[in-house]
Amino acid sequence: MRRPLARSLTALAAATLLIPALGACSDEPAGLVIYSGRNENLVGPLIEKLEDSLNTRVEVRYGDSAELSAQLLEEGDETEAGLFLSQDAGALGALSKEGRLAPLPSSTLDEVAPSHRSAAGDWVGVSGRVRVLAYNPDKAATPPDSVHDLVKPEWKGKVGYAPTNASFQAFVTGMRVLEGDDATRTWLKGLKANKPKAYEKNDEVLRAVDEGEVSLGLLNHYYWFAKAAEEGEDKIKARIHFLPEGDPGGLVNVAGVGKLKGADKKQSEYAQKAVDFLLSAESQKHFADETKEYPLAAGVKAANGLPPLDSLQPPKIDLGRLDSLKETLAMLQDVGMV
Amino acid sequence: MPTPETPAAQDSAAPSRGPAHPAGAPAPAGRRRGRRSAGARPSPALFVPACAAALLAVLPLLYLAVRALERGPAHAWDIVADERTAALLGRSLALTAAVVPACLVLGVSLAWLTVRTALPGARAWSVLVTLPLAVPSYVAAFAWLSAAPGLAGFTGAALALTLVSFPYVYLPVSAALRGTDPAQEEVSRSLGHGPLRTFLRVTLPQLRPAAAGGGLLVALYVLSDFGAVSLMRYDTFTRGIYTSYRASFDRTPAAALSAVLVIMTVALVAAESRTRGRARHSRTGRGTARPAAPAVLGRLRLPALAWCGTVVAVAVAFPLGTLGYWLAVGSSATWDPTTLTDTALTTLGVAAAGAALTTLLALPVGVIAARHRGRAAHLLEQAAYAGHALPGITVALSLVFFAVRYARPLYQELPLLVCAYAVLFLPVAVAATRAAVVQAPPVLEDVARSLGRSPLGALREVTVPLAAPGIAAGAALTFVVCMKELPATLLLRPTGMDTLATRLWTETGAGSFAAAAPYAAALILLAAVPSYLLGRHRT
Repeated sequence: MRRPLARSLTALAAATLLIPALGACSDEPAGLVIYSGRNENLVGPLIEKLEDSLNTRVEVRYGDSAELSAQLLEEGDETEAGLFLSQDAGALGALSKEGRLAPLPSSTLDEVAPSHRSAAGDWVGVSGRVRVLAYNPDKAATPPDSVHDLVKPEWKGKVGYAPTNASFQAFVTGMRVLEGDDATRTWLKGLKANKPKAYEKNDEVLRAVDEGEVSLGLLNHYYWFAKAAEEGEDKIKARIHFLPEGDPGGLVNVAGVGKLKGADKKQSEYAQKAVDFLLSAESQKHFADETKEYPLAAGVKAANGLPPLDSLQPPKIDLGRLDSLKETLAMLQDVGMV
Repeated sequence: MPTPETPAAQDSAAPSRGPAHPAGAPAPAGRRRGRRSAGARPSPALFVPACAAALLAVLPLLYLAVRALERGPAHAWDIVADERTAALLGRSLALTAAVVPACLVLGVSLAWLTVRTALPGARAWSVLVTLPLAVPSYVAAFAWLSAAPGLAGFTGAALALTLVSFPYVYLPVSAALRGTDPAQEEVSRSLGHGPLRTFLRVTLPQLRPAAAGGGLLVALYVLSDFGAVSLMRYDTFTRGIYTSYRASFDRTPAAALSAVLVIMTVALVAAESRTRGRARHSRTGRGTARPAAPAVLGRLRLPALAWCGTVVAVAVAFPLGTLGYWLAVGSSATWDPTTLTDTALTTLGVAAAGAALTTLLALPVGVIAARHRGRAAHLLEQAAYAGHALPGITVALSLVFFAVRYARPLYQELPLLVCAYAVLFLPVAVAATRAAVVQAPPVLEDVARSLGRSPLGALREVTVPLAAPGIAAGAALTFVVCMKELPATLLLRPTGMDTLATRLWTETGAGSFAAAAPYAAALILLAAVPSYLLGRHRT
């Protein structure tokens, strides 16, 4: 009994020693290291094209946007990363605030509308995501046109939302910027009193709407397209409604990119080229087709089935001001939503 | 040859320590049983590596102190003293209080059935009931939620967590059952106790160290879990910590809250060590241990089979069935076998390395915890456990913090990832080692020492072989939990490396459940490998 254990432990220990040797023999060093909060399945094909265009190896570390931004903050100047690709403006805003992002040239910044980039000039939006109201036509034939209607008795217990999700919190932050803290708090209290059902993620909200567990759901527009692609459009009941007239529930948020300070000159150059590549027609079309997000640069049109971006009536807001997430969080905790 | 009447003489034979008792005076009887006397210090050959392991394990705590106090103790106190913090803690503890007893019942009953009875197919059952450990808690939660959305909340979280964590109890308890001397039970039966009474009064007390150690691991797992509670929408302490990372990009509140978890853990470990008491759990009879004759189940055979079958059905077959459903309804099933094989091999490699390092580091800590009382031994064990209830993200960030400062060349290389697994899972291996060593009679070590073996030699040639089944069970457990580890792997893996858990995360994150299914299934099925090997070694 003793021999096999001793032997297997020795073998395992030997394996431990071998592994660093394996790790060491990677190919040529990468010219650019990207930390990506966006999913590998989504940006992977784009990275391959980027490698061809930069003519260097690009390494990508995939993770959750907020966790990667925490990691970048811990790494500080020691980071290997040259570029941060984020799922939302908030994580970029946090890095910008701590002075971890390098300024972008105005030629790059001007590629996207001022409403879709950092006011400090150190990150740009790459693709747009719109907050919408998902509805189940069997349960809600005519969905309301404003999030303010969701506090009415007729929707009691019928609304699904994801209060801990970054996109919901960005929407609440937007509402605070647009309508003030007091009005937002009143709305949140009203919504809470209306007993909405809380979910962890947007796709669960959509599932709940689709299955009739709730009648309405607050989420980002592209979740519906992802579900339709996975299960077939005719198989899903849920539909989405774009909110008109600058309603705060129709916020347009962005996924974006920023260059990191601390990268050497060579990597910085690659990073700059990579930002411009992400704003090129080729990449913008990739986002439009693959994620059904709104392209933000190079005049690329949104995917079929989506109303054009300029036909929407989103609230006018400086996305840089969405970094006051902490106050939003305090308010959500106060109201008892998170 | 030393006799039991002269313990002090034995003790003074060891180098580097003074006589533990006044010469000639017998040691208090209670102290000599199972453990060494209070004053006996562990040999440096054990103590030094044990300290190294403990130091590694407390790294996250140092990091927490740095981050939590970054803006002054008053700020940290405000966060901790918030009434919400207490409410979250209460909910976490309520969940723990529900899951731990359930796991004890499942783990002990299944261990007894598979090890000690003539259960048909006992070998196969013993492999099957360890598989739930490899089911990521969010996959289990997802499966239950899609079958019964009404379960969301406390019930669902407790159910999902029980079904993935009972092997933490099953594995050490079945190892302990294999190691206990059946003679005591036979004596009990011969003195007129029925089978049930014998089980309750003789067998169960002997299983206590293993069961309590397993229960502690379950408790810490429940406290640290994020996957199941987030899907089940049950607000716990861990959710509070994640929320502050994810929503406020602020490391201070997360660190302050994590510090509270550490205090909780230390309290739980202290409580567990109280339950151990001073009983002796090793056999002292003559001759070699022999396997117990399997109990004949008779009319209970069918209910016993039904019990095992039900547990395997809900804990293994049901999540696997859900994965099958993902494959059937989804259109994203474009997985290619080469990627799956490569990823599986990488996963096996890093998990094996993680399990090996963890087991080696745990060995001295476990032996000291089993053999010695006293402050140093106690502190060492506490240190090994202290960070175990921390969410993976906190441990990962702490290693980022230290590695970029003091071990830059290792940062985001495999050795650091393997070290991270050791930090995360050291207690899993320590618990198994300790429980196994407690069962090995210390008197045999004394005999080996008296025959001229060094302390380390006695350990290598006597204690470790005797404790081998338990240590191996610990290694197997560690292997499986390393395989499914996600948060630390994401942050610390070499850039571009994928394990089954990270692939599963990528695919589910993209909503491609059909593409995710093969990875999750591979994870669960590969967990059978160590259990199967354990079974082979046994025979």
